[in-house]
Amino acid sequence: MSSNDGQTSRRDFLATTLALAPLAVPLAGQSAAQSSKEEQLPNAAPAPDYPSVPDYRPSHFTPVEWAFINAACARLIPADEHGPGAVELGVPQYIDRQMGTAWADGGIWYMQGPFFAAAPEFGYQSQLTPKQQYRLGIKAIDALCQERLNKPFAALTAAQQDDILKQIEKGSLKSPDLPPAFFSGFLLRNVMEGYFGDPMYGGNKDMAAWKMIGYPGVRADYLEWVGEAKPYPYGPVSIYGKRG
Amino acid sequence: MPTNKPVDVVIVGFGWTGAIMAIELAQAGLNVLALERGEDASTVPNWAYPKVVDEISQSARNGLLQNLSKSTVTIRHHKDDRALPYRQIGSFKPGTGVGGAGIHWSGVHSRVMPQELRLRSHITERYGARFIAEGMSLQDWGISYEELEPHFDRFEHVCGTSGKAGNIQGRTLEGGNPFEAPRSHEFPLPPLTDPPTSALFAKATRELGYHPYPLPAANASRPYTNPYGCQLGPCNFCGFCSDYGCINYSKASPQTTILPLLYRMPNFALRTQAHVLRVNTDSTGKVATGVTYVDAQGHEIDQPAAMVVLAAFHLHNVRLMLSSGIGQPYDPDTGKGTVGRNFCYQLLNSVNLFFNQNVYINQFMGAGGVGQAIEDFYADNFDHAKLGFIGGGVIWGRQTGNGPVRGIPLPPGSPAWGSGWKAAVKENFLHTGRIESQLSNMAYRSCYLDLDPTYRDGYGTPLLRMTLNWQDNDLRMSEFFGEKLSQIGKAMGATAQSGRVLKRGDNWDTRPYQSTHINGGTAMGADPKTSVVNKYLQSWDVPNLFVLGANVFAHGIGYNPTGLVGALAYWSAANIRATYLKSPGALVRR
Repeated sequence: MSSNDGQTSRRDFLATTLALAPLAVPLAGQSAAQSSKEEQLPNAAPAPDYPSVPDYRPSHFTPVEWAFINAACARLIPADEHGPGAVELGVPQYIDRQMGTAWADGGIWYMQGPFFAAAPEFGYQSQLTPKQQYRLGIKAIDALCQERLNKPFAALTAAQQDDILKQIEKGSLKSPDLPPAFFSGFLLRNVMEGYFGDPMYGGNKDMAAWKMIGYPGVRADYLEWVGEAKPYPYGPVSIYGKRG
Repeated sequence: MPTNKPVDVVIVGFGWTGAIMAIELAQAGLNVLALERGEDASTVPNWAYPKVVDEISQSARNGLLQNLSKSTVTIRHHKDDRALPYRQIGSFKPGTGVGGAGIHWSGVHSRVMPQELRLRSHITERYGARFIAEGMSLQDWGISYEELEPHFDRFEHVCGTSGKAGNIQGRTLEGGNPFEAPRSHEFPLPPLTDPPTSALFAKATRELGYHPYPLPAANASRPYTNPYGCQLGPCNFCGFCSDYGCINYSKASPQTTILPLLYRMPNFALRTQAHVLRVNTDSTGKVATGVTYVDAQGHEIDQPAAMVVLAAFHLHNVRLMLSSGIGQPYDPDTGKGTVGRNFCYQLLNSVNLFFNQNVYINQFMGAGGVGQAIEDFYADNFDHAKLGFIGGGVIWGRQTGNGPVRGIPLPPGSPAWGSGWKAAVKENFLHTGRIESQLSNMAYRSCYLDLDPTYRDGYGTPLLRMTLNWQDNDLRMSEFFGEKLSQIGKAMGATAQSGRVLKRGDNWDTRPYQSTHINGGTAMGADPKTSVVNKYLQSWDVPNLFVLGANVFAHGIGYNPTGLVGALAYWSAANIRATYLKSPGALVRR
């Protein structure tokens, strides 16, 4: 789609956006708001660009965990006739990089005890952080696979892997060591994030997941299209201004 | 403890209501200080394109929301249960920082139906007092729509709200909402362009005999300059509205509509990273002397003030009343006490509609407030005599903008992963719309707020405890709306539907997002035995304390609350200016 997409470059887009921005009354230098503002100005740039790289080495996961993550990604979003798979789009890299964020240590959640088991509708009540979920979850699934099939998850056939994941999803395969939220609340959710998130986070290489579903990414300007129930003609744009 | 120089007014929290009260009182010549627990933020750099249009940082990681590690609430369904912390963002999304929830809201900008403000009287007159179920704490709000009308009008003109009037001074107008209460003026801007979902919704509901109208949206449809001289640019339907700050100066927020002027006033000051712990009172307990807050370094500081305004989000306003010991806490066993009483929520039924491959919805386009709605089943616009419930709500076909990280809805029976899932997302993404019903939630004796005995926040203060579950009246209503949604979805041409309709037997599930429209807990009213503030939002117990926000609602209305919250803040400010400042004291005698 990029070959016939000459109409809206990111530069044009930025210019349009700036032109639309009104000349709001400027902030006054003498206001008390200003002094605290100066100190707190966040970096105006988006997060660093870490697009998927072919020779990526994980900085968080161990080799055994990394093998599991790659194998699980390949089954949760396989490469097939519908489009690219999670592994080729860099989703394992996305997950590894997320382990370096405050979220991975439970930094945006209330993590004070006491902790009690509760009905599901009361939400997450585990004391485990995302990092701990992955550490325990992978170990428990590999142990279940060893016990039943004498191999870790990554060494199973695709059909065996699908079967294991389906049973875990349904809850028919359980282990006291496997945190119940791990599969749906962490692994599957993070795989989807990496697959569909901006490529700067390490997944969705070349915006291929966006192209598969017809999502234009961060074009974020549909004034002339919104009233028409028609196919949108342009390919996606990423936060770093690349076009797909 | 260090003590700051006294000010005329200290405002706790600096979102919509804090900004409104600050500018109105600063314009009256008072020395105003706003304390905000979060950080300062403005369109540039915080929400500049492309930084903010990032689904990972904003939607998946709650970029603009309250960091629950610092403070949250606990939740239980019943007073005999143990409450558990709301550890992750789910059912509701409190904001933080300058602008508050006014940054990441959608922009749906409704008023209130006059009968909702006197619902107990209205129901009693029409159906008899016995129609009100046992256990329902239904009460009038002590204020009329007519008193508030100029302030609704004012807030709409501050926001540059896009819409079409259906009733100007009693004259019915074509193209607007025929159920609308009389307005003094037309909306400041014409309606936004209808996206595909809304166009299909309008056509289908009209054919079904209902009365669709363009939902009022605080997303500007044209360039606009508001009464404060602040300018808005036209919305470009970028699809990043709810969860996001506006890249385009199109969505009304304190930053786009009030702060540019307020920040130029020398008698206004803002202190960020100032977390207020309590309102202080003198030895009589009847006069507020100021507040105590914790600064960024963890120091506790006293801020004396002649007048205190609570303008934080619902949760924090109610908790401050409880932790400051102002007013009598509500006791569900005796029914006595008022602080924490009338805690309500809102019921949201959400139905995804799946269309054929030739029907392009393009759900990635949209704006938070754009849509078509019907009010044929709002409040008491329809006869409830044979229905067995009180209340109602809006049904709408909005197109708010959605991207794949926020979740791709799929038809029933679709797999959650694997090749089958891929086929389904590929087939459906461009051809999926959504319709919803947003419903009132009555007040009940069993639903209330108090302080949690176990869990504390990072400052050592007990968390606010919510005791709330869906009740029979509201679930019956929800089932009624479920049928309407299904009928409208079919008429729109959907080939499949999925989603959530609350039914009898369902408990409040805190996991999926449903609505940030929590309300009540410091109800307004005419009777100090059943309300915390009088009609001017002035504390019955401490007359130099004013309490703003949706926490003053006496029950959960069907509309989005921001329009009413803003109008009430303007109404309170106008009365403070006209009456209170001349003679500080109780504006209503007990």
